[in-house]
Amino acid sequence: MKQKFDIIESTCVPLPLENVDTDQIIPARFLKATTRDEKFFGDNLFRDWRYDADGKPRADFVLNDPRYGGCILVAGKNFGSGSSREHAAWAIAGYGFRVVISSFFADIHKNNELNNFVLPVVVSEDFLSELFAGIAADPSLRVRVDVPAQTVTNLATGRSERFELNGYKKYCLTHALDDIDYLLEQKDKIEAFERERQ
Amino acid sequence: MNTLFDKIWDAHVVSLIEDGPTQLYIDRLYCHEVTSPQAFDGLRERGIRCLRPQQIFCMPDHNTPTHDQDKPIADPVSKAQVDALARNAAEFGLTHYGMMSPDNGIIHVVGPEKGLSLPGMTIVCGDSHTSTHGAVGAVAFGIGTSEVEMVLASQCILQQKPKSMSIRIEGALGPGVTAKDVALYLMMKLTTSGATGYFVEYRGSAVRALSMEGRLTLCNLSIEMGARGGFIAPDETTFAWLKGREYAPKGADWDKAVAAWRELRSGDDAVFDRELVFDAADIEPMITYGTNPGMGMPVTGSIPVDTAKKALDYMGFAAGEKLLGHPVDYVFLGACTNGRIEDFRAFASVVKGRRKAPGVTAWLVPGSWAVKRQIEAEGLDRVLAEAGFEVRQPGCSACLAMNDDKIPAGKYAVSTSNRNFEGRQGPGSRTLLASPLTAAAAAVTGKVSDPRMFLLSSTSISL
Repeated sequence: MKQKFDIIESTCVPLPLENVDTDQIIPARFLKATTRDEKFFGDNLFRDWRYDADGKPRADFVLNDPRYGGCILVAGKNFGSGSSREHAAWAIAGYGFRVVISSFFADIHKNNELNNFVLPVVVSEDFLSELFAGIAADPSLRVRVDVPAQTVTNLATGRSERFELNGYKKYCLTHALDDIDYLLEQKDKIEAFERERQ
Repeated sequence: MNTLFDKIWDAHVVSLIEDGPTQLYIDRLYCHEVTSPQAFDGLRERGIRCLRPQQIFCMPDHNTPTHDQDKPIADPVSKAQVDALARNAAEFGLTHYGMMSPDNGIIHVVGPEKGLSLPGMTIVCGDSHTSTHGAVGAVAFGIGTSEVEMVLASQCILQQKPKSMSIRIEGALGPGVTAKDVALYLMMKLTTSGATGYFVEYRGSAVRALSMEGRLTLCNLSIEMGARGGFIAPDETTFAWLKGREYAPKGADWDKAVAAWRELRSGDDAVFDRELVFDAADIEPMITYGTNPGMGMPVTGSIPVDTAKKALDYMGFAAGEKLLGHPVDYVFLGACTNGRIEDFRAFASVVKGRRKAPGVTAWLVPGSWAVKRQIEAEGLDRVLAEAGFEVRQPGCSACLAMNDDKIPAGKYAVSTSNRNFEGRQGPGSRTLLASPLTAAAAAVTGKVSDPRMFLLSSTSISL
């Protein structure tokens, strides 16, 4: 959903696993919906880790652990690998996450998050492991993500890092504009390109 | 600099956004039923049409059953999704190869097979295995649904230009070693994120020696190393394979096109951001033991001792264990990875004159109706039937189990598909990825087997 980004401050949900693929984020059997119903996808986020075969919540999964909450998901490296399904980004957004922090994202999923106004924040391995340790010690640990300044701060330690975000995308995120809005204004350029190629 | 990737990419740049992505022109968009409905909704919400409908081709493949396709799909939710694609294609004036159309099949099998994917093109689809089309010498990559909407609306996409990687494989592949094994070997070496951020050009004598089917398999799996795409510069093998295909240029246009395509290669002075070289002789028939495609080993190998416990617990394996001789419940031949005619020839060459093992359920699913027709024209269906195997109707099938072809929880499947993620082939399913030869060896023995054991008596394999 299009929404403006500014400064986000929140507790975090830790998922200290590497190579979390989009089949785990949202299994294929939930891809049959023909609408962008974020609540449906959010309800099934991490479905098979979150619920057992009978649909009962698994107590050992972090989304079912009442100690953790907030709109920032913190995940191990190579988050979102595998399938290009944007439903994974819809599920993350639908659950209520606005930011995902990891040391490494798979390419397609990273774009999908950005296109759904979920911000992927790439931090150093060191920052990430310190953050995981901090959250484990104190689930009330808060993180601040300042989009205009492009900084992420662990408020428990004060440690801060700058994250990458190109100027174009930053403008889009802080003004709630998407790429299609931009492309629709480029028709003359597209037609000129096609003519030149002939 | 001056790589083939640069040449194709740069020739499609419409504009560069300052401190932002590139506006890239897209020659071909493919749409399947799973990742497109919300994009069409977006067009309706914005009140716009497709800018270049003639460059867009649609076909259902993920939900299609592999039996009784002439009857309505039993699962109402699957049916609704397949019907939505037909409706959207009609509303927006797009070519649609519906279920039971003789042109239907898996999008990544049909596109190249009809000559819709051609050298030098930019090709996208809401599917990570779009990298497959790189085999014809195109820049092809998977995108999300919002990006599908971008292309529907503007025939363009906004993308950061990936870095370039050269993977050279030199020498000759050994007997029983296929393109699938090459890809599984590369994933084992690079891991599933080793090529993230890169576009890969596959080069070297072992790559040149691959047939088009083998090249399609290799490029298909580029995404499993994290690469955005992978491709192979077009050559005589490419031109011979494309000539005469429905959408390939004809007559004088063909000669002109081939002359232009011959220029599509990296310069001798090309500089890649990363270059890797492998020796084909080091590659053996491969199999995976874990829960991502990078967790692979030679079929005769032992599971590495440092394998993650979560993966071992899911698979029911122990570190250090050998998989040779491990019982197999299911065998799946098919998918956009290995659902082409050569894959069926390879499978048939192993099972010919043998019988399917009693405990094994085998699903043999061609990648398209054209592949199925070719199987029948070559009499492979009879060879397979005599060995106890049935050839089903085309679709993605058990690769991701969106139709009824689901591997039950706890069961072991040797699959020629592309992913062994937890639950990929059905909740609780345990997938061992391998080549069609290794899948066939498992199908006749009922256990993980070295396909080279079956090649001694065969002279007809040229993969």
